[in-house]
Amino acid sequence: MSQVRPILDVRELRVEYMSPSGPVVAADNVSFHIDPGEVYGLAGESGCGKSTVALALLRVLGPPAVITGGQVFFNDTDVLRLDDRELEQYRWRDVAMVFQSAMNSLNPVMKIGDQIIDALQAHEQMSTRAARERVKELLQIVGIDPRRIDAYPHELSGGMRQRAVIAMALALNPPLLIMDEPTTALDVVVQQEIMQQLSDLKSQFGFSVLFITHDLSLLVEFSDRIGIMYAGEIVEEAPAKELFKDPKHPYTFGLMHSFPLVHGPRRALTGIPGAPPNLLDPPSGCRFHDRCALAFAPCPLQRPQLIQLPGDRQVACFLHDGVHDFDTSTAMQARIDEADLVGAHR
Amino acid sequence: MTAQEPLNGEVLLSVRNITKFFPVGGMFGRLQLRALSDVSFDLKRGRVLALVGESGSGKSTAARCVARLIEPSGGEIWFRGQNILQTEKKSASLEYRGDVQMIFQDPFGSLNPVKTIDHTLRRSLQIHKKAHRGKDATDKVRSLLNSVGLAPAEQFIDKYPYELSGGQRQRVSFARALAVEPEVILADEPVSMLDVSIRMGILNLMERLKEDRGLSYLYITHDLASARYFADETAVMYGGQMVEGAESEELVKHPAHPYTQRLLDAVPDPLAEHGERSGHQRWEPPILVDPPPGCPFAPRCPYVMPVCREVMPGPTHLNDQHWVRCHLHGSGDIAVPMAAD
Amino acid sequence: MSLQIPVLELESEEVREIGTGLQGPEQSQWARVRNWAPSWIAPLFHSKKAIVGMVILLIYIALAILAPVISPGDPKAFVARPHLPPSSAHWLGTTGLGRDVWAQTIWGARFTLEIGFLVGIATTVVGCVVGMSAGYFRGRIDDVLSLFMNIFLIIPTIPLLVVLAAFVGSKDLAYFVAVLTLTGWAWPARVIRSQTLSLREKDFVAASVVVGEKGWRIIFREILPNMLSIIVASFIGSTIFAIGAQAALEFLGLGNPGRVSWGTNLYWAQNDAGLLTGAWWTFVPAGVCIALVAFAFAMINYGVDEITNPRLRARSGIDKVLKERKVKTTGTRATPVVQQRSVS
Repeated sequence: MSQVRPILDVRELRVEYMSPSGPVVAADNVSFHIDPGEVYGLAGESGCGKSTVALALLRVLGPPAVITGGQVFFNDTDVLRLDDRELEQYRWRDVAMVFQSAMNSLNPVMKIGDQIIDALQAHEQMSTRAARERVKELLQIVGIDPRRIDAYPHELSGGMRQRAVIAMALALNPPLLIMDEPTTALDVVVQQEIMQQLSDLKSQFGFSVLFITHDLSLLVEFSDRIGIMYAGEIVEEAPAKELFKDPKHPYTFGLMHSFPLVHGPRRALTGIPGAPPNLLDPPSGCRFHDRCALAFAPCPLQRPQLIQLPGDRQVACFLHDGVHDFDTSTAMQARIDEADLVGAHR
Repeated sequence: MTAQEPLNGEVLLSVRNITKFFPVGGMFGRLQLRALSDVSFDLKRGRVLALVGESGSGKSTAARCVARLIEPSGGEIWFRGQNILQTEKKSASLEYRGDVQMIFQDPFGSLNPVKTIDHTLRRSLQIHKKAHRGKDATDKVRSLLNSVGLAPAEQFIDKYPYELSGGQRQRVSFARALAVEPEVILADEPVSMLDVSIRMGILNLMERLKEDRGLSYLYITHDLASARYFADETAVMYGGQMVEGAESEELVKHPAHPYTQRLLDAVPDPLAEHGERSGHQRWEPPILVDPPPGCPFAPRCPYVMPVCREVMPGPTHLNDQHWVRCHLHGSGDIAVPMAAD
Repeated sequence: MSLQIPVLELESEEVREIGTGLQGPEQSQWARVRNWAPSWIAPLFHSKKAIVGMVILLIYIALAILAPVISPGDPKAFVARPHLPPSSAHWLGTTGLGRDVWAQTIWGARFTLEIGFLVGIATTVVGCVVGMSAGYFRGRIDDVLSLFMNIFLIIPTIPLLVVLAAFVGSKDLAYFVAVLTLTGWAWPARVIRSQTLSLREKDFVAASVVVGEKGWRIIFREILPNMLSIIVASFIGSTIFAIGAQAALEFLGLGNPGRVSWGTNLYWAQNDAGLLTGAWWTFVPAGVCIALVAFAFAMINYGVDEITNPRLRARSGIDKVLKERKVKTTGTRATPVVQQRSVS
């Protein structure tokens, strides 16, 4: 366990959506922490709850969402107990967010410079002239020519717009940056540049990042630790490279074997049969058991709890009891070979 | 099967020197957006050709030209020994539509939301007279659903698209295409909008269908990794031009064009260390409106030479299957020893 | 001034996935109604506003149909002294010509509603054909049709109606329907054209083309069913327009004063100095009826809006649910925190 006090500590967070037919639990008992200067990746497919968690951390989820349990601590502040005025200070100054598509964050009828000035002046007493200077600095830092301060969003390319959004997020130098699929809509070359820029900025300013995406190869390359979410729960957490080389949870294994690589040997891939569950009516017991090749007796009956494993790892799976070591990769590979899962799930 | 039916590996459909211009810009002095320039490729029976490129590369436009959804501004498309752009000038014939089908990227938009799956599949069958009304059609619909992995078919027949998941909808799109018994399927980013764990299922389905029915695929994607996984041959496009083509494994191992090299470098590599790769120049999309002469990659190319800004090189064959259009390797069809990296 | 952080309401892909899941039970409610109503009408029954509108409209339709039963006799008959105030003998008094206002109002509903519906249907049909052709085929066809649309949109309605009225002798039903359709088709055509243009870009239309469907089939069997709510909305708009324009024409004396309709009632009220003598009962009923019918159609339109924009529906449903579960929405936009065990 790390000795440094984490900058973000999420404990048993629970978020529900109130629907006419009952509550849908979008995030259930989610616990993780982020250390200062760390990049924490949150991965999962659609409906797993990762975006819900991110938005809940800033308390910007609209109705019908309600936070029904758990605690969120930013340094020593209990985020869930903040009132509106305190939340306004917390947002952007302590924690800033880069949303999925820059077009969601940028006002198309406002110049980008003005939007960032808005953000600055909302939180700090600053004359417009001073704010403008600061914005030019920020644009420079994120790699936009400062002379484009008066450009409208549609005059910039996709990569530029995303950089502008990052500039807006960094305007107040927040210690924690949440990024929700920031590069998904961008070409891979632009994505690489943005990620490079982000690394440089992180080295320069020392902020932490909560990076949310479904692109696992990107996460494994850029994160320090990764949490895998499935159907609203964290099912595994480990240092990034460890997770890739030795996934403990069968879902993680399945995910790691769902994307082909350009480098390295060519592998036969299977994906994961079935589809993510409907959260209105999730499977009994372990939510993954109906798609799991290694499911056995307890899996449909009880929900496994997150267990600590050596090497700063956690996993929620009955195959792992924290005492005996279970090699998920070998077991899954054996199953694939013997059942020819590749053929069965075409 | 006539004597002229191509055998496995033989050329089914040949695209030659296609260009496409779109008029853009104000009322007067219309500008031209050059979406495709001198694009040529062959589709072979039982083989998959991937067209890889990013936004603005023209890969989707090329597919839509082959699908006759848009008309090229110039060039030829040869199918069954005829240039169909000449023989079917105004619009594609029903025969052509019965041979060349297309799958679209968005599983949520490619099925009519107010029609049941049954209706959608039946129309395919009826238009091409592949089934008689009534029981024959019902049986064929069932068998189509089974062949794309949607079983039991009864569960899906009367559903509306919104009741199915993304992966299921794409399978229905495949069923719709298969109903006409095509020779060629143009797949425009068929898995880009699906969840990661489901993509493999769809790609494996495509593989199985290819083997069972001798299909030929044009696989459009921005993801070089999935092209390597699924396609036999891969061609890279940039700014409306084809810049390199080879067997997929060869392309990934020995990329010759600087753009291909850049692409490969940019793909996230889980095995690489954090921040290991060197910084690169600012990336801007290629200029497509009123483009300057020469190679469209010239403004971004680390190895650019004066001739690159004047003339677009012809293809140079590096070996039997591997060609590249780059002055570093030659300007025509004579292979020049590669410049030192 | 607070920061423009977008409060995402069912926006991000993941939340949309969850939102799709939420549709499930609602759909089953619809299924019940769907059994006896076409699928695009059924959702109307879920909107309070639409129900109010439909009830009012149905009452008026009933009055119009049952006019001979409710108020037998000739509504133009002389029944009592002119300008009598409402009494038990004549519920709404008498007009300046000694006619029973109640009878005039009931019988007046007939012509007015007839015109409204007929013109509504006619303009919608013309609008569909023209708008969809322009939107789907584009190119030259679109250029020509759009030119016509724009011309008819620019021409001011009432002056055109006045000019036409001066030239035509007999002002029968066909005349009014023709004239009002002529002035009213362009606006629905434009709306439908826009919608067709945007639907045309959808992949399922491209897929239909690639599968080999012919143009006309695509327009009417694939695209049109996706536009029903817009078409219904423009029908409603046209009907309101027709009723209003009709009344205006008749009030100006350009209709047939011998016919009994709400518009002519107003014409006679003004003609016989109803306003000057303070005989409010001669013009208030007709005016109120026109307003109520327009109001009813507008309410139905709200209901149609809620169908086309599911978010409006979701909002009203959600506020109700939150209230039931006693979650304090403190009037802020921050996600509410509830420190209680939720019911599973």
